Amino acid sequence: MINGISINYYLLLSAVLFIIGAVGVMARRNSIIIFMCIELMLNAVNLLLVSFSTLHNDASGQVFVFFIMAVAAAEVAVGLAILSMIYRNVKTIDTDVLSNLKN
Amino acid sequence: MIKLIGLVPLFPLIGFLINGFFGKKIGKSVSGIIASVSILASFILSVLIFVELNGSEEKSHIVNLFSWINSGALQIPFEFLVDPLSSLFLLIITGIGFLIHIYSIGYMSHDEGFARFFTYLNLFVFFMLLLVLGNNYLIMFVGWEGVGLCSYLLIGFWFKNNAYNDAARKAFVMNRIGDLGFLLGIILVFITFGSISYNEVFLKAGTASTGVITTIALLLFVGAMGKSAQIPLYTWLPDAMAGPTPVSALIHAATMVTAGIYMIVRSNVFYSISEVASETVAIVGVVTALFAATIGLFQNDIKKILAYSTVSQLGLMFLALGVGAYSSAVFHVTTHAFFKALLFLGAGSVIHAMGGEQDIRKMGGLSGKIKITFMTMLMGTIAISGLPPFSGFFSKDEILAHTYEHSPLLWMFGSIASMLTAFYMFRLLFLTFFGKFRGTHEQEHHLHESPSSMTFPLIVLAILSVVGGLLGLPEFWHMPNWMSNNLESVIVRKNPSTLNHETEWMLMGIAVLAAAVTIYVAYIIYRQKKTIPLKEGDKMPGLQTVIYNKYYVDEFYDAVIRKPLDVLSVAFHKFFDIQIIDGLVNGVGSTVKTVGSGIRLLQQGNIGFYIISMVIGIVFIILLTFLI
Repeated sequence: MINGISINYYLLLSAVLFIIGAVGVMARRNSIIIFMCIELMLNAVNLLLVSFSTLHNDASGQVFVFFIMAVAAAEVAVGLAILSMIYRNVKTIDTDVLSNLKN
Repeated sequence: MIKLIGLVPLFPLIGFLINGFFGKKIGKSVSGIIASVSILASFILSVLIFVELNGSEEKSHIVNLFSWINSGALQIPFEFLVDPLSSLFLLIITGIGFLIHIYSIGYMSHDEGFARFFTYLNLFVFFMLLLVLGNNYLIMFVGWEGVGLCSYLLIGFWFKNNAYNDAARKAFVMNRIGDLGFLLGIILVFITFGSISYNEVFLKAGTASTGVITTIALLLFVGAMGKSAQIPLYTWLPDAMAGPTPVSALIHAATMVTAGIYMIVRSNVFYSISEVASETVAIVGVVTALFAATIGLFQNDIKKILAYSTVSQLGLMFLALGVGAYSSAVFHVTTHAFFKALLFLGAGSVIHAMGGEQDIRKMGGLSGKIKITFMTMLMGTIAISGLPPFSGFFSKDEILAHTYEHSPLLWMFGSIASMLTAFYMFRLLFLTFFGKFRGTHEQEHHLHESPSSMTFPLIVLAILSVVGGLLGLPEFWHMPNWMSNNLESVIVRKNPSTLNHETEWMLMGIAVLAAAVTIYVAYIIYRQKKTIPLKEGDKMPGLQTVIYNKYYVDEFYDAVIRKPLDVLSVAFHKFFDIQIIDGLVNGVGSTVKTVGSGIRLLQQGNIGFYIISMVIGIVFIILLTFLI
């Protein structure tokens, strides 16, 4: 029990978030949305880590999450830079159009 | 001083490194001086060590340099053994090595590979010193392989000539056969005694069964056969004459080929236990001595004659080893080193004067033109023929006396071999230096005595060939036999002569008389009748053709060993290489290609598809971990 709420709800929320992310990645074609969905999956895992950390009274899970967030921030910067470069060159970020390495 | 023994092989190694890396830059004169000085330094140190060892009570010093191999039960320290045997070999190697370095400065002066030559020569001396100094069989083996390598490099020194390269390869392959025996012998020693250090092995030698000892002794002897050119592995040595003449003198006469003798003397404990092995050594030795001597009778290449004579003399040394006369064998190694190095260097001087001509049919009448060479060659020839009081007489007589004691039949064959030696050596001398000149006009014009750097070693070696016999005067003359007294601590089974004085005198008389008669026969044939060997292609009597062609041994090996191997290799190539190995390799390639071209279609660039396959894959893996 965390703050009177069962751990199960946390797990459920995390699972729902993760599935939304996964389905988004698979179904959508806009690169930015795929990117956001990936972040969503990442944060679903972060949520799990934090809730278990609180449940077990162990701070290391939270420390771990801080690291993940720092790395994710860096990754976002790089990813968005790549996307903007792609857009500049091809004038689109639709993944179906971006199906070959040349051009 | 004995503690400094590590420096003795170090000097040639330094010379090798300097000449090897900077030889071309420092110029011919400097590189020759560096090479010679490094050997001279070793020689001086060897003399000091020899003197100190002679003065001290303790005859065997082990100097531990560092721990070499540490692996479980296999503990091999890098130790040097200084005892009368190794210190004597040190003197021979560095002393004669130094003289030959000096000689080479003159002989090789016009060669563009001058620095390379001295590099190899220094490396050779280094390995040879390692071979005789090591206190265990493995160090000896390292030196053994090293001198084999240098021999290969120096036989093929003029590598632009393909025949010389073939000769080098032949020497290498023949030696490998012997080395395999040697290596197996060392391994068997280790298995039997748990050590390969001489002092430990020889102490325990009595504990092993005679069968094992015989096997060890025979395997070691196979190694000696290869290195010291005994039947059936002798054919490389005559071909090794392709190398420059100083090399023939140093490696293929005075030092490297006696490594087999050294090894057997060092391991004399085994051979004194095993009768079978000793008999084998004696028989192989005497057969080789006789066989090679007969081939020498009809050769026309000045260096080939000397090469067969070397094989024959080595055979005599093995005969001595076989009958248990170890110190006589070492004595003959020493005197042979003197006079054979002298003869080879003299032959080199003749070849130098003749502008590269080696065929004695085209020489003649050189005695007046190149006096120093002639006089020194004469000394060498008398010494090898065994006329008193030259050195060869004493060493050969000692061997033959011990052989007679062992078996009169072997003595007879040995004596015949030494008679033949006297014959072909005087044939060489008469054809080269007497009579009329038979070469071309330009050659006659070109004739000149060699520079003093070449004649100086000749003179020194001539003196040694004359007085070398003092090292081992016969015991029945009531004179001290320094050689056998000196080596007493190294040799386990002593065999003082049991012959009475009359027999000894008689044997000596027979030997001298036989040599004198043969020389007289040679004199009649080649001086009075002025016989000149037949030209190439002339009809020869049947037996002479066979001997002139070296009993067709090379052709025999070719037909019995090389040709079947060739056929087998071609068959293996066609079946194994092309069908199985190539089929396997090509099969793997074409399978991957086919599968790849199928799977390639999956990769069409649709990111959504990739992600779905990834998710399916992950789910599959997770399911798998649950199931297993």
